[in-house]
Amino acid sequence: MNHTPAPKAALHAPQQSHNSKTTASGVKQWFKKQGYRFAPWLFFISLLILWESICRLGHVPTYILPSPSSIINAFFNVSFSRWMVHLWATLRVALLGFIVSILISIPLSIALIRSELLNRTIYPVLVVIQSTPVVAVAPLIIVLMGTGDASRVLITCLITFFPLVVSTTTGMLETPQELIELSQSLRAPRYRETWQIRIPYAIPHIFSGLRVSITLAIIGAVVAEFVAAEQGLGYFIQFSTSFFKIPQAFAGLVFLSAISLLLFKSVHWIQAWLFPWSLPKKK
Amino acid sequence: MNVMNAFSTPSIENVAHNDDQATQKETTPNAYVRMEDVGHCYDPTPDGPMAVQHINLDIYRHEFVAVVGPSGCGKSTLLRMVAGLLIPSHGEVSVFNKPVTEPRDDVGIVFQKPNLLPWLTVKKNVLFPLKHKYGHVSLEDKKRADELLTMTGLASFADKMPDELSGGMQQRVGIVRALLLNPDILLMDEPFSALDALTREQIGFDLLDIWRDHPKTVLFITHSISEAVLLADRILVMSKRPGTVLDLIDVNLPRPRTAKDMNSTRFCELTETIRGHIYEPHSRA
Repeated sequence: MNHTPAPKAALHAPQQSHNSKTTASGVKQWFKKQGYRFAPWLFFISLLILWESICRLGHVPTYILPSPSSIINAFFNVSFSRWMVHLWATLRVALLGFIVSILISIPLSIALIRSELLNRTIYPVLVVIQSTPVVAVAPLIIVLMGTGDASRVLITCLITFFPLVVSTTTGMLETPQELIELSQSLRAPRYRETWQIRIPYAIPHIFSGLRVSITLAIIGAVVAEFVAAEQGLGYFIQFSTSFFKIPQAFAGLVFLSAISLLLFKSVHWIQAWLFPWSLPKKK
Repeated sequence: MNVMNAFSTPSIENVAHNDDQATQKETTPNAYVRMEDVGHCYDPTPDGPMAVQHINLDIYRHEFVAVVGPSGCGKSTLLRMVAGLLIPSHGEVSVFNKPVTEPRDDVGIVFQKPNLLPWLTVKKNVLFPLKHKYGHVSLEDKKRADELLTMTGLASFADKMPDELSGGMQQRVGIVRALLLNPDILLMDEPFSALDALTREQIGFDLLDIWRDHPKTVLFITHSISEAVLLADRILVMSKRPGTVLDLIDVNLPRPRTAKDMNSTRFCELTETIRGHIYEPHSRA
């Protein structure tokens, strides 16, 4: 409000009030903007403070609900190299499963689009696989394929491929009919219709499928570790719980979520880097 | 329906004759695109509803024919038949005395929406038909794309992405893309209907300029009666479903046409006639 130039204010008295009003609303606007910016963090921090105070004031035993501070302590009590060993084990399975899933689902989606027969025969099988709970099938897969990485990767694949198939086929089917007619009128080979028109059109859909799949890949890897593993963050959480090291289990859980979030964001970054046109326009 | 009146403008007649005199003499009936009792039924069962029926139309080389009619009367069906994207269930469509039995690559198609590929720049979008057909583009093709872009005033947008352009500009790119393969037949399916009125008028005159300098046989589908009168040599008026020919009107307005022509008596008479057909189809049918 003090920024209003004095002489101007003297000359145009009515305008002065108008000016000061806009400055005031400008400040208000600034606070509102900053408030919106930091609101999620403030909310998150206040939740943590609430959690901490409940644990301290209510004398909640750590084996029931550890306080945030005890979780942080537990995190730093585990050595860095041990964290890395577990992280690598989980990440390896999750990423391998994710990549294999991509390599299977995208060609499969193309085949489903191109052939009505495949669509009629394979698609129902995919739905059956998808509707079978992976957690229930996981032990059977371990029995069938042993306790190595292969079975864990397979479990991850089973949980990640379906969203990819659905999003890729949806995207390819959403290609404007006119462009398909353009391709037909040019008498272009069909593989070019797929590669130059349908697949690029499906990119935004493929990436939303990838975002869902990458978080599912972590879930798949953890499920596999719960069934049979000697390493990995899922295994770490399980054995920490069984030894009643609850803060340590929570630390593992927080670490796992952070990694999952980072992978989710990475998919977005890759999309922004390779296919900037496919992102929704900012207004 | 007077055949001789089709070439009302001397300049168009000259172009048509200079261009391909030898071939024109060989094929005595000088219809370029010919539809003989064409009908189509999307329903494969016998006695299914006809989308269009009993269409007889001769389009001459480098003639500008507009098709108007109520929505769903099969205008687009007609266009797809000429492109060979749809083979009529009745009758025959032929181009240069050859029946159309498969998709033709000597046609350029402009759709209602520009349908540019959002991942390609304007120039690459223009080159897309060649890239798509042959898998590669030569330096000469690129030069031709540049020329076309310059001709349509789009040169400065060549490296922009489609979403950086206005709707009118995008549709101009759509037209340039259709012209790239230098087709003899230009098929336009309500190309300007998504544009605002002012842009629409301007782009219509631009199209006439392009057509004057690079004569093509144009089949132009539109909902706008005044647009049809302003642009076309002849206008095919269609009835509602099943689409049949209600009238075939010679426009007979001198070229080059300007916005002033819209105030002439002839222009008003023509729009009035067409409007009469569309709103009271039973009086003629």
